[in-house]
Amino acid sequence: MTARDEHALEMDFAVGRHDFAAAGEVASRVKQVLRQLGIASDLVRRAAVATYEAEMNLVIHSNGGKVVLRVDSERIVVEACDLGPGIPDIELAMREGYSTASDEVREMGFGAGMGLPNMRRCSDSFKIDSSVGRGTTVTTVIYIAEPGS
Amino acid sequence: MRLEEIARLIDADVIAGRDKLCALDVDTACGADLMSDVLAFCHERTLLLTGLTSPQVVRSAEVAGLSGIVFVRGKKPGDDVIELANALGIPLLATDYPMFETCGMLYGAGIGGTYRLSRAEGTSS
Repeated sequence: MTARDEHALEMDFAVGRHDFAAAGEVASRVKQVLRQLGIASDLVRRAAVATYEAEMNLVIHSNGGKVVLRVDSERIVVEACDLGPGIPDIELAMREGYSTASDEVREMGFGAGMGLPNMRRCSDSFKIDSSVGRGTTVTTVIYIAEPGS
Repeated sequence: MRLEEIARLIDADVIAGRDKLCALDVDTACGADLMSDVLAFCHERTLLLTGLTSPQVVRSAEVAGLSGIVFVRGKKPGDDVIELANALGIPLLATDYPMFETCGMLYGAGIGGTYRLSRAEGTSS
């Protein structure tokens, strides 16, 4: 977020561990907010998909956490932060098809090892910071305007 | 093809969004039970055919901007899923035909798949 941007927006959304009933509400809200800001529909869709996958990851794998949406004139940032347990092997977690999700999660149509790769696919810039026992932060950036333009 | 024509073609019950049947035009469909695939590869205004009836199917449709959902092989979602679909404005159809037959009937009637769109955009993978 740039200090010079008067129209910057930041919103936090709590996501509970195993709260499957609410999963998707944050993504719907993010989509609504970005639409209201007049962001182009293809960027809104990418941000909504990345948020939904982030939200499902928090619900399925984390001890609870939050999604932070930041928007300014240059970019949309979706940051998913949790309170653990952390990812022991990020390279393995990023591999399409690798998942530690339960059968219950698979029956909902998730847990096939596509979440993080899908988030990366939707992003212009993508970063995972994780520490076992402490937590994970996944940051997805989608540019509204070319950086520096 | 309008959604009401699709409902007639595949002999589907309309269980949510009846008011949208005449207004929605569909030219692309996708058959999937994996919502991450739907999120990754379905284009906006695609009609989703699925055998899953979880609330996450409706959420995925909303997030991905899909036209509606057809539940195949006689699957019927719970009231909570129907309520969510009504709240989000997502039409729901249910047919007794299995996935393969339903896809074939729609494809035969001129509804295309998402692959041609992805290939045109250079985004298939």
